[in-house]
Amino acid sequence: MKSFNYVITDEVGIHARPAGLLVKEAKKYESAVTIVKGDRKADARKLMMLMSLGVKCGEEITVEVEGADEDAAAAGMEKFFEETL
Amino acid sequence: MEIYEGKSIFKGIAIGKIFYYQKGAQQVKREKVEDTAAEKARYEAASAKASEQLQALYEKAVKEVGEANAAVFEVHMMMLEDDDYVSSIVNMIETQNVNAEFAVATTGDNFAEMFSQMDDEYFKARAADVKDITERLISVLGEQETTGDIGDEPVIIVADDLAPSETVQMDKEKLLAFVTRHGSANSHTAILARTMNIPALIGVDIQEEWNGHMAVVDGRSGKLYIDPEEEILTKLKDDRKKEQEARELLSLLKGKEDVTADGKHIKLYANIAGVGDVANVLANDAAGIGLFRSEFLYLEAEDYPDEETQFLAYKRVAETMAGKKVVVRTLDIGADKQVDYFHLDKEENPAMGYRAIRICLDRPEIFRTQLRALIRASAYGEIAIMYPMIISVEEVREIKKIVLSVKKELDERGIPYGNFEQGIMIETPAAVMMSEELAAEVDFFSIGTNDLTQYTLAMDRQNMKLDTMYDPHHPAILKMIKMTIDNGHKGGCWVGICGELGADTTLTETFVKMGIDELSVSPSFVLPVRKIIRETTVK
Repeated sequence: MKSFNYVITDEVGIHARPAGLLVKEAKKYESAVTIVKGDRKADARKLMMLMSLGVKCGEEITVEVEGADEDAAAAGMEKFFEETL
Repeated sequence: MEIYEGKSIFKGIAIGKIFYYQKGAQQVKREKVEDTAAEKARYEAASAKASEQLQALYEKAVKEVGEANAAVFEVHMMMLEDDDYVSSIVNMIETQNVNAEFAVATTGDNFAEMFSQMDDEYFKARAADVKDITERLISVLGEQETTGDIGDEPVIIVADDLAPSETVQMDKEKLLAFVTRHGSANSHTAILARTMNIPALIGVDIQEEWNGHMAVVDGRSGKLYIDPEEEILTKLKDDRKKEQEARELLSLLKGKEDVTADGKHIKLYANIAGVGDVANVLANDAAGIGLFRSEFLYLEAEDYPDEETQFLAYKRVAETMAGKKVVVRTLDIGADKQVDYFHLDKEENPAMGYRAIRICLDRPEIFRTQLRALIRASAYGEIAIMYPMIISVEEVREIKKIVLSVKKELDERGIPYGNFEQGIMIETPAAVMMSEELAAEVDFFSIGTNDLTQYTLAMDRQNMKLDTMYDPHHPAILKMIKMTIDNGHKGGCWVGICGELGADTTLTETFVKMGIDELSVSPSFVLPVRKIIRETTVK
């Protein structure tokens, strides 16, 4: 498994539109992508669960990637967060 | 008349009949289903159709409110296909043998509940999105269409709540305002209202019997008037007209040149009283600053403002205006503008007393500090320096001597400065009479019509008893302005007006025909005056 931490800089947090984009991005990979905030987790392919984490600006999340293409998936997700959130 | 209050989403005024908007009644009954596979297929077909509808709405919204605001429908499509949402519905159909409508409604309620329990206002508002897609699915299942039909005449929509899809479906031409009981300032409907410039109130205790009544929505105060009284209606109609005119002016005239119908260019500048006003100057699209009242630096301070403080203020304005002209008037204190630390004596007749350039020439150390700051700032933009209350050629020559010595001092200290124009205010009858000689000494004239009027008519402009007699359109004033323009031009000066008369749109044409080169007005008058200039023909 690979993982990285990221601090959200988008002023509203993981709101509807970027959450939608995040789901799209996560679906590109075979690996499971999980967003962890504190003691809560959400599958990055599930829009509503992801939004229900209520991740706000300035909060740190951990992104866990596990599966066959985890190297590419982790790199892709990291790039996505930096550009979008 | 009844008055209600709500939270305003968009500050505008709307006047019209109320249309009470009700969603198609979507009472969902729980029914037992035997063929769960067929029911699941019915749900899947409905979901596909709902997705198509959302795609169509998305495309409509992109055209009407732009891609960023249309994205809500893209998100709705994704929510519709959300794994948890879908499997909850399918699971209920398969394990509880319920009809698709019931499974969808129950699932929708659960997810909406999850969002409405979140702490953050933004995420809380997403419950409305879940409800919107859920209702859409139920409508499709019941083969009902949500049409967003609001009749044929423009109306104020009153509703319990409005989903973004309903808002977008409504004919924009017929939409005057929204008033809802529910909804939040962060909802997509609220965002759409702002984007479409539609006045909207939320949190209003709405009533069905309002349907068909006249009403006014005042987004500035958050008030809703049902059956408004004639007096209020007239006032708000008037306000609305002004507001519409202002908005039209903005969209029509921003970025346009200040040029008459037959091609004469006029410099249309703005008056400011401090650094904070510069944003307003730019927002109203003035071509420069024609009067920067430097008094504020003195009025705000506890003691004489030093060179550095002044330099930074002038530099900031010059830089912000980025190469556009900034005419700074040197200290004009005394008369009605008093500052404690100047320790000025109480005078019998202050308007004609120890003030403005008279103080500066009498106490040159104050004047030199300001000049040094101004001349240094000229290295950072198009600064011009203007002297107030001039009555003679000798005064101007004395000022120019001081300016030369300040420049020399800066040269010796190796401090840079740029080229700057020097001009005078024409605000005394003496300056008008001497304008031919004065024009030979300076680069420009700016006519201060407020003082010029009170001195020419010998009428105190602060005496309320004289209000009815105080006539700024007096032919004597207009003759003085004409004389100033002609003599200024003979001596190679450009001539402007920076007093209140400059913003008097009933005189704009007269001034332009007289040959005025510049008008400097309060920022909010720039566009109204621009409109007249562009309609005027000089010849």
